[in-house]
Amino acid sequence: MKKGWGLRAYAVIYLAFLYAPILLLPLFAFNDAAIIAFPLSGFSTRWFEQLWTTQALHDALQNSLIIATVTAVLATTLGVCAARAGTLANFPGKSGALGFIMLPLVLPEIVIAVALLIVVRQVFDLELSNLTVIAAHTVICIPFSIAILNGAFQNLDPSFEEAAMDLGETRWGAFRLVILPLVFPGIVSSLLICFIISLDDFVIAQFLTGANPTMPVYIYGLTRFVDALPLIMALGTILVTISITLLVIAEYFRRRGVARAGLKDSGGFL
Amino acid sequence: MTYSPSAAPLIQLRDVHKHYGDYHALRGIDLEIKKGEFFSLLGPSGCGKTTLLRTIAGFEAPSSGSLTIDGRDMAGVAANHRPTNMVFQSYAIFPHLSVAENVGFGLRRDPRSKAEKARAVAESLEMVGLGGYGARAAHALSGGQRQRVALARALILKPKVLLLDEPLSALDKKMRETMQVELIKLQRNVGITFILVTHDQEEALIMSDRIAVMFEGNIAQMADPETMYRRPNSRRVAEFIGKMNLLPATAAMERNRIVVDVAGLGRGAIEPDQAPSGVQPGATTVGIRPETLSILFPGETTDRRLAAGTVDEVVYFGDMTYYDVRIPGVEQPLTISMKNLIGRPVLDVGAVTQVVWDERSLVVLSR
Ligand SMILES: Nc1ncnc2c1ncn2[C@@H]1O[C@H](COP(=O)(O)OP(=O)(O)OP(=O)(O)O)[C@@H](O)[C@H]1O
Ligand SMILES: [Mg+2]
Repeated sequence: MKKGWGLRAYAVIYLAFLYAPILLLPLFAFNDAAIIAFPLSGFSTRWFEQLWTTQALHDALQNSLIIATVTAVLATTLGVCAARAGTLANFPGKSGALGFIMLPLVLPEIVIAVALLIVVRQVFDLELSNLTVIAAHTVICIPFSIAILNGAFQNLDPSFEEAAMDLGETRWGAFRLVILPLVFPGIVSSLLICFIISLDDFVIAQFLTGANPTMPVYIYGLTRFVDALPLIMALGTILVTISITLLVIAEYFRRRGVARAGLKDSGGFL
Repeated sequence: MTYSPSAAPLIQLRDVHKHYGDYHALRGIDLEIKKGEFFSLLGPSGCGKTTLLRTIAGFEAPSSGSLTIDGRDMAGVAANHRPTNMVFQSYAIFPHLSVAENVGFGLRRDPRSKAEKARAVAESLEMVGLGGYGARAAHALSGGQRQRVALARALILKPKVLLLDEPLSALDKKMRETMQVELIKLQRNVGITFILVTHDQEEALIMSDRIAVMFEGNIAQMADPETMYRRPNSRRVAEFIGKMNLLPATAAMERNRIVVDVAGLGRGAIEPDQAPSGVQPGATTVGIRPETLSILFPGETTDRRLAAGTVDEVVYFGDMTYYDVRIPGVEQPLTISMKNLIGRPVLDVGAVTQVVWDERSLVVLSR
């Protein structure tokens, strides 16, 4: 029974490294002291109360939510098109095209950010605004969206579309009535993941944001003030909770999609 | 095999070619299928059966040639506007819908009332033996049930032609045999023209009014099952359908009759229909089916032709025994199938026997 203990130990250490720092967030967020240090002094919700009354924070949050929502919708729509083309259709140069689409997944974010900044400011001479952040976030979200949706589309019988058309539907009708309902859980999953990515992104937003900062950019700004650190802890606690909740919901929908198509599960995020 | 076709063909293909890039998948298909016919496309894997079926369905456009259905040219007519419906090899049952929703899928544009449509769905399910299954979830059905749903879903639209791409290949042997019989009955009942793709020659023989055997994008022979079996027009067709003994022979014309001298057996005069692909004087090949040969058991007599031989191999099937008998002067042993009747022993390898043959069962295969 002791077989594989090495791997198990590795897994435990890995998870500890990954999550222990995050566990510090709620610890200090509820700590009744302005400095981040042990020992803890006592339970308090005053940092959360302070968050509640900070107007600049509300603006940043609103900004982030708008950007994340629009990004999720845009990236998922484009992801559906790409995944549909990638799995159900056949065209010359298909594998090459798909390879290029997935490229942003491995490029350093800062490279993408700088490149996009040059395009926006030097090539098109546009003002930085929420729109530029949305455009950039869409670019980095599309590969994730495609990866999720490819899974959903690959689970489909390639004859579904033709069968629907054979029964009198147009191509669009076949897509709407058969393909879309079957990949719907994948779409929800993609929307949520893109939403989280956009919400959490700092590097790209830092470069491309206009006059109104997004949430992570605002938090970064706060770090210049030492006494704001507990505030960041509180904010971080909220963000982590939201992210994990969304991720769980996304995974739930992905699994439901697999079950609905009557197939075996083959990996996923959780 | 009692169909009564009307005069005009329902489906007509003229010199249809299909290219996939460099690959020439259909190489000049000429085909006429009559109304009410049960027609099978039979051939080995990759010969173009599915391509031909999909061309008729409208999922592939021919590279050249013409296709008419019921007198209407189908060029530029999309699949959803053709009077054809298809049963896919995977059945393509929509897993997110119930059985009834699957069957009623094609009725969405039907102007009938909801209640009438529901009745049509129920009738259609009844017809395929799935009465009362309407509310079931489609993804929870067995293979045979899926196939029935696929049939009901296609037939509810009353197509002029039903296209079936290897509909039975995913089923186990028992289920397949049951469905073969049910499909024949169903076709007789609804009177719709069926085009069945299969690579199973037995299935084609059992089910069809007419069969087209395809090799490499060409139709090699088109005939009713009996002609196809008894009078194949080439060695390839003969060997693809059932088992055929092939023997070298010499053909000659004597007083307006064709006479063949078969290696190891002897001379015999044959009728013109025994040479479906014609005959040239000189060396040729003749075919003999195993069941038209027999072994003369001890105590039996015959006034037919005899040839002496030695048993080389015995394969016992229960109701039948297959013998390979070596005849002096013939390279390949002859395969002979014998019914295991009462009083007939199963011979051992090495037994010396007499083979009974008849020139009426010869077929000259000049190609
Ligand atoms: N979309 C396509 N693109 C390129 N080649 C194709 C395409 N569809 C079929 N082919 C080729 O055309 C040939 C005939 O294919 P088809 O599917 O009609 O064969 P089949 O007789 O149905 O075989 P099987 O019994 O294996 O189903 C095959 O060699 C196949 O590789
Ligand atoms: Mg095929």
